[in-house]
Amino acid sequence: MTELTQATLARDEGQLVSEAKAGNYSAFEELVNRYEKKIYRLGMNITGNREDAEDVLQDAFLKAFEHLPEFREDSRFYTWIVRIAVNEALMKLRKRRTSREVPMEDSEDENGEVVVREFADWKPNPEQQFARSELERILQGAVNSLSPGFRTVFYLRDVEGLSTEETAELLDLTEGAVKARLFRARLRLREELSKIFKRG
Amino acid sequence: MNCNKTIKELSGYLDGELDAGLKQALESHLTYCNHCHAVYDSTKKTIELYCDGKLFSLPEEVRTRLHEALKRKLQEHK
Repeated sequence: MTELTQATLARDEGQLVSEAKAGNYSAFEELVNRYEKKIYRLGMNITGNREDAEDVLQDAFLKAFEHLPEFREDSRFYTWIVRIAVNEALMKLRKRRTSREVPMEDSEDENGEVVVREFADWKPNPEQQFARSELERILQGAVNSLSPGFRTVFYLRDVEGLSTEETAELLDLTEGAVKARLFRARLRLREELSKIFKRG
Repeated sequence: MNCNKTIKELSGYLDGELDAGLKQALESHLTYCNHCHAVYDSTKKTIELYCDGKLFSLPEEVRTRLHEALKRKLQEHK
């Protein structure tokens, strides 16, 4: 996205927020239309579950609607709604600690170093080898193998494209912790997906 | 650069955060080490798969329920 487009988008967003605060519901609805897909994807990536993703989506926008008068506009509306949605998603995960989750330590050696076990090349274009629903199931399964704190960092940095600094601020972590979690999350996901996508 | 160091620096390399010397050493290792190259390649592909906008798309019925819930909330506020 160019700087100009970003600036235009931010300005429009600011106007929509002002109008929504003044009681114009269609302005709020426009903000929802703009970000609902991304917030649903956030829910899917962090909770790894359709029902929870829908709850995250609804609860985040209902809270944003409820608390809009308190939104101080010192950050973008989008950053604010992402923050609300991340908190909702993490709360969901805390409520259902599942046995499916494998501790991250499984992928480390005794010195805490990440161990890579799978070195095989992948078949080309794995996204073309599977139906979309099957690929979603595979990707969800791999995400579910990450601890919540790791999958959240992975989502914000790699999917959402937030910077290390923004992610650190949003999750109240140091930048070093964000980098360390991202490194381990990426390798762990790769390891999980390699079991399915490797050649031979 | 050995394999352990390469894996350790891979994430920073993917983010373009390595200084010139380290970047060159890592790239040189990747040219002859098939194992590390496979890890690099598949890590990059992993990120691309999750970034695919077509995945985890918002189902229409979920969207409808969201907008209905918001309208109910709006009525409560009136």
